[in-house]
Order: sequence, then structure tokens, then C-alpha cells
Amino acid sequence: MSRDQAHDPGRGGPTRRQLLFGGAVAGIGAVAAIGTDTLVRRDGHGSEGSEAEQALNGGLSVPFYGTHQAGIETPPQAHVTLVALDLRPEVDRDGLRRLLRILTDDAARLTEGSPALADSEPELAQVPARLTVTFGFGPELVRRGMPDGSSAGALPTWLRPLPAFGVDRLEDAWNDGDLLLQIGADDAFTVAHAQRMLLKDARSLTTVRWTQSGFRRAHGSEKSGTTMRNLFGQVDGTVNPAPTTPDFDDLVWIGDGWLAGGTSMVVRRISMDLDAWDRLDRSGREQSTGRFLSTGAPLTGTREHDEPDFEATTAIGFPVIPEFSHVRRARSDDTSERIFRRGYNYDDAPTGDQVSSSGLLFVSFQADVDAQFVPLQRRLDELDLLNEWTTPIGSAVFAIPPGCSEGGFVGETLLGDGDGS
Amino acid sequence: MSARLFTSRRLSSSTRPGTPGRRHLPTVALSVAALVALAGCSSDDSAPSGTGSATNGSAADSVSVDDPWVKAADSGMSAAFGDITNSGSEDVTVVSVTTPASTALELHETVENESGSMVMREKDGGFTVPAGGDLVLAPGGNHIMLMDLVEPVVAGDEVTFTLTFSDESTLDFTAPAKDYAGANESYEGGDMEGMEGMEGMDHGDMDHGDSDAATTTPGATDAPDAGDE
Repeated sequence: MSRDQAHDPGRGGPTRRQLLFGGAVAGIGAVAAIGTDTLVRRDGHGSEGSEAEQALNGGLSVPFYGTHQAGIETPPQAHVTLVALDLRPEVDRDGLRRLLRILTDDAARLTEGSPALADSEPELAQVPARLTVTFGFGPELVRRGMPDGSSAGALPTWLRPLPAFGVDRLEDAWNDGDLLLQIGADDAFTVAHAQRMLLKDARSLTTVRWTQSGFRRAHGSEKSGTTMRNLFGQVDGTVNPAPTTPDFDDLVWIGDGWLAGGTSMVVRRISMDLDAWDRLDRSGREQSTGRFLSTGAPLTGTREHDEPDFEATTAIGFPVIPEFSHVRRARSDDTSERIFRRGYNYDDAPTGDQVSSSGLLFVSFQADVDAQFVPLQRRLDELDLLNEWTTPIGSAVFAIPPGCSEGGFVGETLLGDGDGS
Repeated sequence: MSARLFTSRRLSSSTRPGTPGRRHLPTVALSVAALVALAGCSSDDSAPSGTGSATNGSAADSVSVDDPWVKAADSGMSAAFGDITNSGSEDVTVVSVTTPASTALELHETVENESGSMVMREKDGGFTVPAGGDLVLAPGGNHIMLMDLVEPVVAGDEVTFTLTFSDESTLDFTAPAKDYAGANESYEGGDMEGMEGMEGMDHGDMDHGDSDAATTTPGATDAPDAGDE
């Protein structure tokens, strides 16, 4: 810190701010003379009149506390990073409680645009950009988190690796995990800082198993609410229950037990062979999904959200929407066999002869993996023309505990009280 | 389990306009549950938030400690940080601090020595917090030094501290432990004893940490002047 700051005649205010943000204040030189408070404006701008009044998306924050964790009903942000952590061998129930309390506190602060405690880059926390941090528990965490002597009832039957599907070519590098962090924001920079802060605070109790990042359109590029396209060019995710509706609540939220208000999360890394897809002409592409590429409308409709008519036939008697199409195979007569999708695209660096290494970071939430996701995936596994170009290469299932209120922590319904420590 | 998580998190725009990100938190509650890794410590029941064991009009009455935290360490020394705010109309002085986590504590400042290095040393007369102002305890600046840990302080532990003011009133607060690679300031005079202690603070996160800690840190860019005037 520079000398002139140390001699600043103001007491209290500037002094504290200089100390709190010591390094960075030095980094921008003589700013102390005009007071460093401007540094903490959420919008990241100085106090220069109208510009500072402008509502910037970076200043928007999503409430952390609530019945449900944020990052599920939250309209998908432009960027996400999923981090799966493995618990170190010695971590027991007390260790889990310490871990989740620290991470909850970090997440609560960061998502509101404040530095975490001991945040060594506090300025980077000032742009929340709708940051959410969602925690998920793998089976091992739940096992270690159960109170001594309790029955195994805390472990949902669906909390295990998915059954093997014929299309799977799973690589260990993308499978499973004990603790999942879903970090989403409209600003990749915000995600990076939150990720680093959380991992710093998890490092003595966990190791990183895998991380996967994904993206959608940048914030503001499209009207919000526009259904995502995947890198095949398809409108992807048209049929999705609408958050906060009774239909959504029934499909997604768990009603009882320590997971009441929580849900389950399926993460699938689905490689998309764009190079092979290139060999398919436009009508072939539309037949494979049963939707028009232009609008996402079913081949029997004109608008994206038109109901597909599976009975409609062509002049020579074939179904307009083929039996093998994705939209047909994904549809069950049993309306309870539905899921809520909140996926992202990924685009890795190609290697060797590839010109692309891309795919879908498939993420779904549902109250019961076995009752909702598995039957759907079985139908797709049996027959879905899209399987020609898509290959699941990673798979993980997590229990998403409910949210918490101020003063509580995520996971307290499993880890709280109980043993009286 | 405590009703609070480390600190109550009241976002407020009070006291100083122009600091929208600033957090003003009431003094945190004492939590027995928090002391899981500090067996044998206080067995008091939880106190409500925002209170010290203070009498009306005492120094402790007008002071709160916001966003406290303590650096995790296996043994030897550690340090605690946070913002001490004095909402009263009189300056107050913290003359001592105690915690079950350490047999001895000191109030430290970080200053520049004759050779231009930033070093820490005990603050004569304690920490004065000006009326209506505050004192920030931060890595590289003023801090509460835990001289001799009773047992390892690991990330997520919650450590209770008691501040004693010059009028003998006291204020409790609870600080979560965090893994933190910084706060490796050198001791003024830096004898071997002090160095060993500092190694204890290093927690093995940085390969070069031990050697760094055993020397002064010239320039110490992360070590602002004490700043308490």
C-alpha cells in the first residue's frame, strides 16, 4: 500500500477500506485520494453519475436462501461450471458439517456480490451476474453424513450410478463424485472466481474429481426465455416443465425426508459427433429429431410449442414424425415420466484429426431418478436415431438437498443436530 | 446447532453512504456446537446474537465484530481477523483477548522496520477503535495473534474469542477457521522461536511456504501499513 494512503487524514472510512482491499487499491494507484468506496459498487463502475446508475446485468443477484436451492428454477445463466469433488478418506460427519457450513457461507456471500470471508481477491466478487451455487451430494457423502446408528434410510434408492445403457461409452474421468458444485452466472469471470474461492475452502477436505464447463448464448444476445440450441443447431429443451408451476413442483421437488424441498440431479456428458452430423442433410437432421431446425416446431406443426401429432401420416402412409425420432422416443404416455432439463453446451479443444470435440452437458432435475429419468433414457437407448451422432461419455447422479435459511447451511437436514456435538 | 452461521448476514446501507457492498453484522453468537474441535472448551450455552457480557454504557456495549475469521493451522501460531466497529461516542480500547484455542494471544500491528520490510509486533497499549469508526484486522495489517494453539484449528472449526476493553467490559465473538495461504508476515526481530511458530501457520499448502515464513518479506506488498493512525 502506498504511503499517501497511510497518511490519509480521513479516519475510519478510507482507512478501513484501504485495509480491506489493500492490494488492489495499491494496484490502481492514487485512488485513495478520492476515496476507495467506489471500488465496492456492485456494478463495478465508479460513482460517475448516470453511467453508474445504469442497471447492469452484472449487478443482478439471485437470492441464496430459500426453501429450494437456487440454480434449479433460476432461469439458466449463460455459463456454468460443474465441479465434482471427492471427499478425503478421513472426512467424517463432523468434517462434512464443517465443509458445508464454510461452503454455504461462501456461496451466500458470493451470490449476493460480496467477498467470501478471507477472499484474497475481493474485487472479483463484486459482480454477481446472477451467480448461483447449487450443492449436490453423491452416495458416499450421504453415507458418511448419516447420524451414527441411523438406518440406511437416508440414502435414496436412486442415489447410485445409473444402470448401464447400451449407448454409453462412459469414461471414468467424467463419472460420479461425492460433492457436486453447480456454479452458474451470466459472466464466466464470476464463475471462475466463485469456483476458486469454493475450492480453496474445500481443499483440506476434498479433492477435485472432475470439472465440466458449459455455455449458452451470452446474456442479452437473445430474448430471455428463448429455448437453447445445441451445437447440432437443434432447438433443445422445448418440452420442459415451467418452474414454479404445480406441474414442475410435482415433477421436481421431493416431498419428505431430509430431501424434502430438494431434488435429484442427473449429469450426463454427451459427446456430439459434429463431424459425422455434417454428412447429414437438413431433412435427415429434421427426421432424426422430429422437429424443424428453423423454429423447433414439430414436423406436424408450425410453432415451437405446438403439440406434436404422432398420428399424422404422409401421403404414402408413413408417420410424419418418425417412430425413431428423438421427440417421439422421448415422449411417454405416462406423464409422470418427465424431467426438468437445464443443460449446457460444451466445446472442447479438438485433438488429432478432429475439428471439433463438442457436446451437451446434459443436466436434469427430477424428484425420482428411477421413476422419471431411467424409463425415459431406456426408451432413447432402445431406439433414437440421434444415438447415431450422440454418445454419453460421462454420468453422475446427485441428491440435491433443500435450500436453507439465513443462519443455516445446505445439508443441515442430513448433517444438522443429530449427534449433539 | 447454532441458529447462526458464523455471522448473521445483514446487508445494510447504514453508517456510511457510498458503500453498498459493505456488510454490517451484529456480533456473532457464541455457539457451543461450534467448538467441536476444541474439546474441553467453554460449556456455556449459546448466547443470543449481538451481545457481549457487557454492562450498559460500557465499551463492549458499543462495539461489534463483523466478519471475523481465523486462519487454520496445525500447531504453533495463527491469527484472527475481522472488523471491529465502535458505534459509540467515545473511543474504546481493546486491551486483551482470550480464546480457548490458544494459551496466549497478542494484539499485533504490522509495521515497516528500518530495512524497509513489513514486520509484525505487539501493539503497545492495545487496539483503539475510534468513536463512530472502526478498526480492520486483516492479513498484512492489524490482527489478533494466537501464539500457541492448544490443538489444530482446522477449516470450518469455529473459535470463540473474548475481547477485553480498557474499562474491563468484555465482548465475545466466534470466528470460523479458513484455510488461507497468506498471513505469513514475519515477526519483528524474527528469532528462531518465532520462525518455528510461523512454520506452524503455513499448513503445508505452499511448497515454498516454510522458507518464506522464516525470512522477512521485503517490500511486503500485501502488507499495508497499520492504518490505525
